[in-house]
Order: sequence, then structure tokens, then C-alpha cells
Amino acid sequence: MAVRQHDIANDVPADPSLAHAAAHGAHAEGQQHPIKLYLWIWLLLFVFSAFSYMVDYFQLQGALRWTLIIVFMLIKASFIVAIFMHMAWERLALKLAILVPPLTLLILIALMAIEGDYTFLTRLASFVK
Amino acid sequence: MSHQPATLESGFKGVTADWSADKQAFPVPWGKAMMWIFLLSDTFIFSCFLTSYMNVRMSTTDPWPNTAEVFALTVGGHHIPLLLIAIMTMVLITSSGTMAMAVNFGYRRDRKRTAQLMFATAALGLCFVGMQAFEWTKLIVDEGVRPWGNPLGAAQFGSSFFMITGFHGLHVTGGVIYLSVVAYRVLSGFYDRKGTYETVEVAGLYWHFVDLVWVFIFAFFYLW
Repeated sequence: MAVRQHDIANDVPADPSLAHAAAHGAHAEGQQHPIKLYLWIWLLLFVFSAFSYMVDYFQLQGALRWTLIIVFMLIKASFIVAIFMHMAWERLALKLAILVPPLTLLILIALMAIEGDYTFLTRLASFVK
Repeated sequence: MSHQPATLESGFKGVTADWSADKQAFPVPWGKAMMWIFLLSDTFIFSCFLTSYMNVRMSTTDPWPNTAEVFALTVGGHHIPLLLIAIMTMVLITSSGTMAMAVNFGYRRDRKRTAQLMFATAALGLCFVGMQAFEWTKLIVDEGVRPWGNPLGAAQFGSSFFMITGFHGLHVTGGVIYLSVVAYRVLSGFYDRKGTYETVEVAGLYWHFVDLVWVFIFAFFYLW
């Protein structure tokens, strides 16, 4: 990818219309995907946002509510990262470098959940009449 | 600039080759790699906010205000829960769509359409910030929500709300400025002279990230 882009950068003609032709010619540049794909993802994001809104609108409660909220959230997040941010077409080295480190947050979340629970019980025992 | 071999290995063999060989690790424009790393750090900042919100919400003994009611709007006599937030979500998703198309047209070197779509994205972002300002005003003036307490329930609600949505709104505002500058440069032919439109994609990464964060805020703060 980098090679191709720098080749283009070097031999690009000064006239924009010629540059236009070059981009459409032998070297396709950067991330090019059919517009249709973006429109589909766009539509799906609307649909899943509507689904999450419905979860609240119909007042679903308990485990079902939380599961649905998280599932719809993760689906939307994956679409955005994979398609809109082009992660699906990046090399595995970049994917791993960006997507693996956030997993450490699960440890933070677990620790803070334990801490929150403990604080809650302490408050119940000591401060709430 | 280090040159890559003509064919790059794929899969885990490719990872080993990319990271161990004496060459540039990520064969992408440097701006893109740096933007990804910035977004990674931003992920940690927003995660810290959301995790601390989880912590205070779990540990408070007062009832948490019902967000569906707090953010409800009454339109034409109908009381619709979370209406404003739903509209804000749609606006942000729409702006993400226009941005994705702008990146696409950028790589096709369609200067005019790229700039138009980017200005549209910035306008939608501005619209989002405007609605957020309305929401804040309503909460502060009408409902009396303060960072240190509120009449609706747990005192931690205000601080979590202002911190999380405020930081996100700041990102949107910054994004609007960033996109406007890049769109102006697209229009003026700056990237044609430079020979590459990759800056449009890098700006797009930032904008999609802002949308991504909103997906999490929407789920955890408004719907939970």
C-alpha cells in the first residue's frame, strides 16, 4: 500500500485532471470500496440503533435488557470499526496492535465492579439507617 | 522512507514479518498509524470515564435517576422517552455515513463531492453539539442538575453525566473544526497538489471514533 501511494505521490502530474485519471488508472489508491457497502452498513446502524431504542421503549427489564443492549452495542461498534474505519482491510499486525490492548480494560472493569460492590455494602452497613 | 517487499505475507506469519523485520512495522501512511494510536489512547480515557461511572452507580445507595424519563421530550402532547437522545444518535450515525462516503470520493479524487460531504458531516456534527447544548440547558436550568447533586436521585448522576457527555461533546466540537479545515483544503486543491487524499481518511478515522464512543455512551449511560 505504502509503496503504491508514494509512487503516486512522486509521479503525480501537476494538473488535477491528470491526477484524477492516474488515480483511476493502473494504480488504485488507498481504501476504495463500493459505495453500496457503506450504504448498507449505514442502514444497518440505523436499524440496530432503532432496536436498542426499542429495548427502552418497551421497558424490557433485567438480564434480557442488559444482554440486548450490549449485543446491539457490540454489533454497531464492530460495523463502525470494521467497515467505516476500514479495520477489516488492514494488516493483522495493525489490527492486533490497536484491538488487543483495550482488552486489558476488562481487568479494570472487573476490579472496579468488585470495589463498587464493596463500597455499596459498606455504605449499607455503616451509613444507611 | 523504508520500502516494503513487493508481496506482503498474510496472517500471523505476516505479523511476525511486520514486527521483526528491519522495516516500517505498519505499511500505512504515518498519519493513519498515528491517528490509530491516538484513538487507542482516547479509548482508554473514555473507558476510564465509563468505568468510574459504573463504579459510582454501583456504590451509591440512593436510587439512580430514570434516564428514560429525565431525557424524555413532550411533542404535541405526547410524552416520548429518550426522544432527544434518539435523534442525536441518528444525527451522529448519519454524519458517520456521509464521512465514509467523503473518504471514498476522496480516493476517487472527486474534489467537489469530497468537500461537500465533509461539510455536510461537519454541519451534522454542529447540529449534534447544538442539541447537546439544549439538553444541558434543560438539565441545568429546568431540572436543577448539578455536578454535586440533583433533585432526581443519586448525587453522582450529575458529575457522571457532565463529565462523560461533556468530554464527548468536546470531541465532536474539535472534530467539526478539524473536518472543516480538511474540507477547505480539499476544496482548495491542497491534496491534489500533495498527491494524496489520505488526510481525508485520517480525519474520517477520528470522526468515526467519535460516533463509536457515542454508541457506548448511548448504551451504558442512557439505556442502562
